[in-house]
Amino acid sequence: MSRTPLDTVEHATATPDVELPWAELGLKKDEYERVVEILGRRPTGAELAMYSVMWSEHCSYKSSKVHLRQFGEKAPQSDALLVGIGENAGVVDVGQGYAVTFKVESHNHPSYVEPYQGAATGVGGIVRDIIAMGARPVAVVDPLRFGAADHPDTKRVLPGVVAGIGGYGNCLGLPNIGGEVVFDACYQGNPLVNAGAIGVMRHEDIHLAKASGAGNKVILYGARTGGDGIGGASILASETFDDAKPSKRPAVQVGDPFQEKLLIECTLEAFAEKLVVGIQDLGAAGLSCATSELASNGSGGMRVTLDDVPLRDSTLSPEEILMSESQERMCAVVEPAKVDRFLEICDKWDVIATVIGEVTDGDRLEIYWHGGKIVDVDPRTVAHDGPVYERPYARPSWQDALQADDANKLARPASGDELKDQVLRLVSSPNQASKSWITSQYDHFVQGNTVLAQPEDSGMIRIDEETGLGVAIATDGNGRYAKLDPYHGAQLALAEAYRNVATTGAKPLAVSDCLNFGSPEDPAVMWQFAEAIRGLADACQQLGTPVTGGNVSLYNQTGEVAIHPTPVVAVLGVIDDVARRTPVAFQEEGQLLYLLGDTREEFGGSAWSQVIHDHLGGLPPKVDLERERLLAEILISASRDGMIDSAHDLSDGGLIQAVVESALLGGKGARLVVPDGLDAFTLLFSESAGRAVVAVPRSEELRFNDMCGARGLPVTRIGVVDGDSVELQGEFELPLEELREAHEGTIPALLA
Amino acid sequence: MTARIGVVTFPGSLDDRDTQRAIRLAGAEPVALWHKDKNLHQVDAVVLCGGFSYGDYLRAGAIARFSPVMEPLLEQAKAGLPVLGICNGFQILTEAHLLPGTMLRNDHLHFICRDQKLRVENAETSWTTDYTAGQEIHIPLKNNDGQYVADAYTLDQLEAEGRVAFRYLDFNPNGSQRDIAGVTNEAGNVVGLMPHPEHAVEPLIGTGRTDGLPFFTSILKKLVNV
Repeated sequence: MSRTPLDTVEHATATPDVELPWAELGLKKDEYERVVEILGRRPTGAELAMYSVMWSEHCSYKSSKVHLRQFGEKAPQSDALLVGIGENAGVVDVGQGYAVTFKVESHNHPSYVEPYQGAATGVGGIVRDIIAMGARPVAVVDPLRFGAADHPDTKRVLPGVVAGIGGYGNCLGLPNIGGEVVFDACYQGNPLVNAGAIGVMRHEDIHLAKASGAGNKVILYGARTGGDGIGGASILASETFDDAKPSKRPAVQVGDPFQEKLLIECTLEAFAEKLVVGIQDLGAAGLSCATSELASNGSGGMRVTLDDVPLRDSTLSPEEILMSESQERMCAVVEPAKVDRFLEICDKWDVIATVIGEVTDGDRLEIYWHGGKIVDVDPRTVAHDGPVYERPYARPSWQDALQADDANKLARPASGDELKDQVLRLVSSPNQASKSWITSQYDHFVQGNTVLAQPEDSGMIRIDEETGLGVAIATDGNGRYAKLDPYHGAQLALAEAYRNVATTGAKPLAVSDCLNFGSPEDPAVMWQFAEAIRGLADACQQLGTPVTGGNVSLYNQTGEVAIHPTPVVAVLGVIDDVARRTPVAFQEEGQLLYLLGDTREEFGGSAWSQVIHDHLGGLPPKVDLERERLLAEILISASRDGMIDSAHDLSDGGLIQAVVESALLGGKGARLVVPDGLDAFTLLFSESAGRAVVAVPRSEELRFNDMCGARGLPVTRIGVVDGDSVELQGEFELPLEELREAHEGTIPALLA
Repeated sequence: MTARIGVVTFPGSLDDRDTQRAIRLAGAEPVALWHKDKNLHQVDAVVLCGGFSYGDYLRAGAIARFSPVMEPLLEQAKAGLPVLGICNGFQILTEAHLLPGTMLRNDHLHFICRDQKLRVENAETSWTTDYTAGQEIHIPLKNNDGQYVADAYTLDQLEAEGRVAFRYLDFNPNGSQRDIAGVTNEAGNVVGLMPHPEHAVEPLIGTGRTDGLPFFTSILKKLVNV
C-alpha cells in the first residue's frame, strides 16, 4: 500500500483543496475555519492535530473560560500568593523562605474505562505538575466519588481505582494524607476520580513553563513516546493519513510509577544545580501542549526536529507523536553550556534524555519531520487563542420543585430507641462508614513527615524538621448540597475545607478546585456551573483565600443525565509548629465537650435525609462566611495556646457522626446532654455549617469560654469524654464496640 | 566517636532519606551509598531501606540484588558487617540469599498500610539489643509483597535456632507463615523485617510512637563499644 506524501507546509499551500478530517478530530466547522484564517492556508495534518487537541474542551477551557475569569477578578488581596492561575500549579508563600505548590485535577473518564490505569495516571499527571514548578512532591490526596456502594459495577470500578492510586502513589514514595470517598447513584456511569498533590520548595527555586533565550536547547526526557493515550476523537480515528496502520489503540494511558520516581529525582537534581531555564510536563495533548506552551510563554520561537523524539514504536506518524499522551515525560529548556551536565544527571538516573530542538529568535513554532517543515505556527494561537464560548445557561425548570420538597418536613424519630436505631444506620451507611479499608491501601508514612492523615480533618505534613513548620490540606465537596443550590453548595464546599484545615490548627491560605459537572451544552448544567463559580469566587474573596489554580471537568454524564454538580475544593493551610496540631481522637477521659457555633433545623441534603429517607430536597445549610472565619480563628488560637486537646468539624452526618468518630479513634466514649433550646434529633443530625466540637481539659475551661465569649462565638457545653459508650442522657446508650462494628464493617462487607 | 551507617539508594528506593533521619536521631552518622558504586566507603553498618527498587518489576528485590553495590556488601556481610534490610531491603536480602525464605504477594492481594503490633523474639542480634526478648512493640507496616514463606525444614530450623527475630501479634497482615515478620542470619549481624522501624522514631510523626528507635540505638551501641 502506498503512503500518502508527507503533508508539509509547502504541500499544504500547494493543495488548498485537500479535505482534512477536522470533524473526526472533534473540531467544529467554525473552529476549523478559524484555523485556516489564522494560518492563511489549510493546516497540515500535524498542525490540525495540534490545534484539535489544544482547542479541545479539556485543554482550552473554551466553555468555562468566561466564568473562570471571576477567580482572577474577585481574587482577594493576599501576600501569600507567589504564582497564580495559569501556570502548572499555583504557589503559596508559607513563611521561613518556603513556598508550597498544590493543585487538584480530575481523571474521571479514563478511570471509568480502565479504573486502575486511569486512576494511576491521574496521580502521575498531578505529580508532574508539581515537579514542573520546581518543587519536591511531599503528599497526595484523592477525592473520589462512585455510584451506589452496593451496585455491582462499583465493585469493578472502586477496587481498581483504589489499587491504581495506591500502586502509583505508593511506588513514588508520596504519603497519601487525605481525600474523600462518596457514594451516590448519580456517579454510577461516571465516577469522579480527582487527585491532588502538594510540593515544597524554597522561594528561589520556583520554575516556570517558558522557553526563553535564543539558542537554548529543548530537551525531552523520561519515557519513550508510544501510541498510548491518543484519544478516540484523534488522528487515529481517521484512516486518512495512512491506511496501512493499525486503527485502534487504547485511549487510556498506561503508567509506570518507577519511571516517574526517577523523573522526580533527576529533575530535582537538575534544579538544584540551576540547569533549567524553563520546564513543562507532558500531560494532556503531550508534545503539542508542551512545545506550544513553552514557546508561547517565552520570548522567542522554537524549532523542533520530531525525528529525534525517542519512540517506543517506530511506525508512529508525526501527528501521533505530537498527540501521544505517553506518561512520565518532561520537557526542559537548558542553556547550551549546561546541556552536557543535564544529560549526565539523566544518565545517572537511567532516564533517557534527548535534545529535540532549540529556542529561536523568531516568533514561530516550527516542527520538522524527515527534513520537511510540517508545522509553522504562532504558538500563541495554539496554546492560548483557542475558541471561547458564551454557552447559554438557564435555571432548570425543576429547581423550584426540588427546593420546595423540604427535608425539614420528613418524619423524625419519636423515641430514644428510634434515635439509637437511626444513629446506627447513619454511622454504618456507606458514606458515613469508616473508609479505612480503602485508605489502608495507601502509604501514609513514607518521607517520615506525616503529622496527620485521613481520617483526620485535614492531612498535615511537616516541612521543616528544625522549626516544625507544616502545611495542612483538606478537600471537600458535597454534590447533594450543590444540586439543591449550586451557588451556596460551592460555598459550603469551600467553608468545609476551610474549617477542616482550621480544626487541625492550621491557618487557611489558598484554594485549588476541581469542578466536576455535566455537559456544558445543556443550559441547566451550564447554569449550575456558572452559579457554582460565582459562589466560590465570592466566598474566596470574602474569606481571603485566593484560587491558585485547578481544573474543570465537563461532560460528566450518562446519556442525558448529568451527575450532581460537584465542585471539589482543596484548601491549603500553614501551621507554625506541627507540635500544636489538634487531632480528631478524644485524648483523655473527663475532658469537657463543647459545641461551637449555632445549630438550626437544617436537614436539606443531609446525610440523615439520605440514609433514613432516601430523600434529596429543600435547601442546603445556610452559609455564614464571617462565622466560618471567626470559628477558624478560635480553633487556631485554641490549638496554639493549648486550650483544646481534640477537635472535629461538623459536616455531613452532623454532631453524632463527629462524636462517634472522635470516640472510636480515641477509644474513649462520651456522655452527651441535650442543651437548652435544642431537641435531641436536631442536636444529633442537623448539618448547620460553621460548627465544630472540641474537647477542653478542665484546667482550660474558663480560659476557653472567656475567649469564645470575648470574640462572640456561641459555645455550648454538651457533655464529657467518658466511659466506653456514646450516651445521650435520657435517650440511649451505644457501646463503642457496637458502634465500631457498625462503622468499620460496612465497606469491607461491600467491597472486600 | 560515633558510627557511620550507610543507606543504599537504588533506583526506586523510597525510604532512604527517612532512614538517614532515623540514624541521625539515634546519634549515628548516616552515609548515603549509591547502587552503581561498588564501594561501601568504609561504613560500619548498612541499611537497605524500603521502596520499590527497579519498580519491583520481575520480583521485589530481584534486580537490585545484582547492583554493583551488592558485591562488596555480600562479601562484608558474610564477614560480619551488620546489615539491616527493611521491607524492600529485606526482599533484597532474601534474593541475595543472605537471609532464608522469600516474600510473596500479600495473601489478600492488597497493599496494606497499618500500625502493626510485633513481638521481639530475638533481642540478641546486632540490631535488637536495646529491646528485651518478648517485648511487644508497634511498628508501621506498608507493603504489597510481605508474605514470608519458606519450606517447613527451613522454618523449623529458624525456630530451633531462635532466628525468628520478630513475629506479628494479634493480626497477621499478609499471610506470613508462622506470623514471621523478620528473621536474622546465624551470626545475628544480618536482620531483615517487613515493618518499618525508621517510621517510628519521632513522637509527632506517623503513628506517634518511637518503638523503632531501638534498632538504631542498638547498632550504635554495638559499634561504639567495639
